[in-house]
Amino acid sequence: MTFQEVAAILIVLSPGIAAVVAGLGQRVLGDRGAMAVTTGIVVTAAALAAWQFFAWSLGGQAGEAQTIVLSRWFNVDTFIADWAIRIDALSVTMMFVVTSVSALVHIYSIGYMAEDPHRGRFFAYLSLFTFAMLMLVTADNFIQLFFGWEGVGLASYLLIGFWYKKPSANDAAIKAFVVNRVGDFGFALGIMALVFMIQPVAGVDYAQYGIKEFSSIQFDTVFAVIANNAPVDMVGAAGAMPIKEVTFDFLGVHVWGLEIAGILLFIGAMGKSAQFFLHTWLPDAMEGPTPVSALIHAATMVTAGVFLVCRASPLYAEAEVASNVITVVGAVTCLFAATVGLAQNDIKRVVAYSTCSQLGYMFFAAGLGAYGAAMFHLFTHAFFKALLFLGAGSVIHGMHHEQDMRFMGGVRPNMIFTWAMMLIGTLALIGFGIPGTDIGFAGFFSKDAIIESAFASDSAFGPFAFWCSIAAALLTSFYSWRLMFMTFEGKFRPNPHAHHDDHGHADDHGHGHDHAHAKPKDGRAPAHESPIVMLIPLLLLAAGAVFAGLLFKPQFLTKNADGFWQGAIVREADPLYGPCGVHPYGDATHCAPDVAHAPAPSNAAASAAEESHGVVADEQHAAPDAAHAGEHHELPTWVIWAPFVVTVTGFLGAVIFYLMAPGIPRRMAQNGGPMHSFLSHKWYFDEIYHFVFVKGTAALGDLFWKVGDKKIIDGMGPDGVTGIAKAGAGGLSKLHTGYIFHYALVILVSAVIFVAFVLAGQGR
Amino acid sequence: MTLIAFYILSSIVVASALFVVAARNPVHSVLWLILTFFTSAGLLVLIGAEFLAMLLVVVYVGAVAVLFLFVVMMLDIDFVALKQGFQNYLVIGILLALTLLAEIGIVVAAATFGGGATFDPNPGGPTNAEALSNVLYDDYLLLFQMCGIVLLVAMIGAIVLTLRSRPSVKRQNIAQQTGRKRKDAVELKDVRPGQGIP
Amino acid sequence: MSGAELGLGHYMAVSAALFTIGVFGIFVNRKNIIVILMSIELILLSVNINLVAFSVFNGTIMGQVFAMLVLTVAAAEAAVGLAILVVYFRNRGEIAVEDVNVLRG
Repeated sequence: MTFQEVAAILIVLSPGIAAVVAGLGQRVLGDRGAMAVTTGIVVTAAALAAWQFFAWSLGGQAGEAQTIVLSRWFNVDTFIADWAIRIDALSVTMMFVVTSVSALVHIYSIGYMAEDPHRGRFFAYLSLFTFAMLMLVTADNFIQLFFGWEGVGLASYLLIGFWYKKPSANDAAIKAFVVNRVGDFGFALGIMALVFMIQPVAGVDYAQYGIKEFSSIQFDTVFAVIANNAPVDMVGAAGAMPIKEVTFDFLGVHVWGLEIAGILLFIGAMGKSAQFFLHTWLPDAMEGPTPVSALIHAATMVTAGVFLVCRASPLYAEAEVASNVITVVGAVTCLFAATVGLAQNDIKRVVAYSTCSQLGYMFFAAGLGAYGAAMFHLFTHAFFKALLFLGAGSVIHGMHHEQDMRFMGGVRPNMIFTWAMMLIGTLALIGFGIPGTDIGFAGFFSKDAIIESAFASDSAFGPFAFWCSIAAALLTSFYSWRLMFMTFEGKFRPNPHAHHDDHGHADDHGHGHDHAHAKPKDGRAPAHESPIVMLIPLLLLAAGAVFAGLLFKPQFLTKNADGFWQGAIVREADPLYGPCGVHPYGDATHCAPDVAHAPAPSNAAASAAEESHGVVADEQHAAPDAAHAGEHHELPTWVIWAPFVVTVTGFLGAVIFYLMAPGIPRRMAQNGGPMHSFLSHKWYFDEIYHFVFVKGTAALGDLFWKVGDKKIIDGMGPDGVTGIAKAGAGGLSKLHTGYIFHYALVILVSAVIFVAFVLAGQGR
Repeated sequence: MTLIAFYILSSIVVASALFVVAARNPVHSVLWLILTFFTSAGLLVLIGAEFLAMLLVVVYVGAVAVLFLFVVMMLDIDFVALKQGFQNYLVIGILLALTLLAEIGIVVAAATFGGGATFDPNPGGPTNAEALSNVLYDDYLLLFQMCGIVLLVAMIGAIVLTLRSRPSVKRQNIAQQTGRKRKDAVELKDVRPGQGIP
Repeated sequence: MSGAELGLGHYMAVSAALFTIGVFGIFVNRKNIIVILMSIELILLSVNINLVAFSVFNGTIMGQVFAMLVLTVAAAEAAVGLAILVVYFRNRGEIAVEDVNVLRG
């Protein structure tokens, strides 16, 4: 076994072992031991993953994709799955992101959770999450992916509800899990749809498509079948047919099988990544400790949905309608979340909605075919969002657990380092950079790539996505600067209620001040800088936020992209950079450089039934010249400058509202008004869902209970029978009058009747 | 001749049975019952079961009827309140009785016209008592003994039911008397001469 | 009962009549438990007569043995019944049958 293979196995499995050891051995190890074990192991895994990633990307050692099989799991007919570790560009990237952010969060938590009595359990959960996420990203089949999927859901539940004595934390954990479950239901249905459809046809040699062992759930088989439009024999179908022609008959409606599978898988992604409709859990998930938010709800778990879509890019490249659905939902989410983020007062919630919005970017990029851009944004976003969250955590820690931005201000003088880190993160988030050049923070590269893809795309929803993203960029800039100004600048605004949201910490920093009565001295906030163990991760993340975009753009997007990706994602569909990438399953003939592309039918929201799936997702470039492969397209100049312009506009707006005339937003918030309520109540989603689903289900349950169970089943069954028995017995017991002569009468009458019967019988 | 005797006796039996039921005074009822018993004994003699007839007289009249008489005399019964509900059920009672009679009559007719055996009391065979004793002490000894036990149980039952102890009556408790010890009965006192017992 | 000879039918008729009267006495009577007991004796008597008649006319002695046993039981039953009656009277003070419904279900 090569060193690489050993390294991969270690990276994936060691956090799991750490979790078990720390979780079960708390009595032996103690809190410090647990922290040491988990942090040590995860840091080692991160180092190995970083080495692997750098070798693959910068070192140019992108090897052939390989799968290390650990053991067989399922082996039933065509349902064959292994416990395996798949090493290709996608998983290498994700492994690096997951382990590095996790390692930094572990280190940060040593400082943040220093006074928590249950920190041993916390670290065990963090390692458990890391393990599950790694299983997810290194899966080579849908079932292991689903295993990891559920595992991260579980870890998320455990971590959100970490302070389990707080009822709001418990509610939030349950909400997260239940909403995730709705998504998981769709995911499971999607997997089942695929298994249903992808059954081998007897007599067809699938090895010609590069399939070694036909398994309905392994990625190799599934994607090879889809990409080559191989014939499949769907369960219950009339006969074999190419997979793109498979249809399902559901309640009299004919739907394309691939589209349905794609949409169902995306529903799972919607749940996990908090997209529109299934987003309600994300802001409440901020009940968990801040390191949790940084790890799970910024960098890793919520990106699992994006990962899934990119991993299944061969499927989505062929499923037009599903891709359009993804585009629309992603675009709507990115705009929606940005609008809600404007009106939030909790520092963590602003960042949470920002995450939601950025995920929307990633999704609509994937929906438009720009999988590389989506992954690139995922990569850079992990760094600067984790940075923002951990920085916010530092602020909260320094402000003694005050989270409401209205009661902050003037924090900068006492927490300069944190401020600098947050500034870097904000600049990365808003995508600050000089357009047309390669100078900028990380978010500049990835976000602009996405926005430009939206413009260049031929999809019917491209323009919609483009304008949504521009508007969202404006709002993103505005609320990010709002956060910075409200927290760090200006004068300190003490909380009149002095309610210390004590998250179970013993508020004992040995400073001796009584914060409830701290008087602001020349506007400074009574904050203190965080300990160094919390600041080092911030520094490392900031380095990523600054340099990651610059360093890795060629790998993800442009020149060396083919060498890097090597077919892990479909690149032909990319509107910007879609040359003939190395497609391991299909042949590359349909994008020969000199052939003018036949005008592909424009898919102006064509219904799936009319779709002709013979066409690979379109690649209409403005200039059908693949010689420009890997370079920027000929995009109009205004498109390239638009993000920059709106970013600056947002900045100016924030300066006006929060630096120069802070009274205006305060008055707007106080006066209420429908717009403000609409935004601050998150478009009333929680209320609507509560009314429809919670109350509806409760009413349904009531109906089943009172009418169905009590009246009908009990009434006909036990209660009914007992009622009849009682009535009957009551009636019969009236015969027992207690009078002897009544009894004698009865005896006599019976005797008479009997004798009559006997005589009548004899007489015949 | 026997037939005439039969008719006379049987009519007396039925009539007195009716009076048993219909009499107002329970003492009268008992007396009519005694008459019924006697007359039916006579009927039995007529067909040669004289031992059984005497047994009937001794047991029924001598014991049962006397018992009835004792009880009737002993209980303080209010005569006036009796016999009030008689009319309510008279009609249905008569109807039922007639029906029953008719049914039995059918059976009787079948037996009579179906060639019943004729009556032949004792043509040279053993007497009734002798015949009974041949069987009773021989094949059915166990049954005989059981009868005795039944009577014993009945007797004990009757006593147990009606026994009550009267507190004012002085009775001897033999067990207590013979179980008395010296220290309960005798007490020695040291008496000073001229001082008496305090 | 039309035979010139004394036949089984005659005795069965008598027995039937007595039985009927006895039964009649039980349920017609409302006011006096003693009459009920006496009616029971009448019934038993009728049965006895029947048994003996059959035994004589069929030439077997078993009927009479049985009749003896019935006699025994009738006596025992009369004794116990009367004892119950006495105790009942002690508790209730009167023997009106209408009020004897303590065992009603």
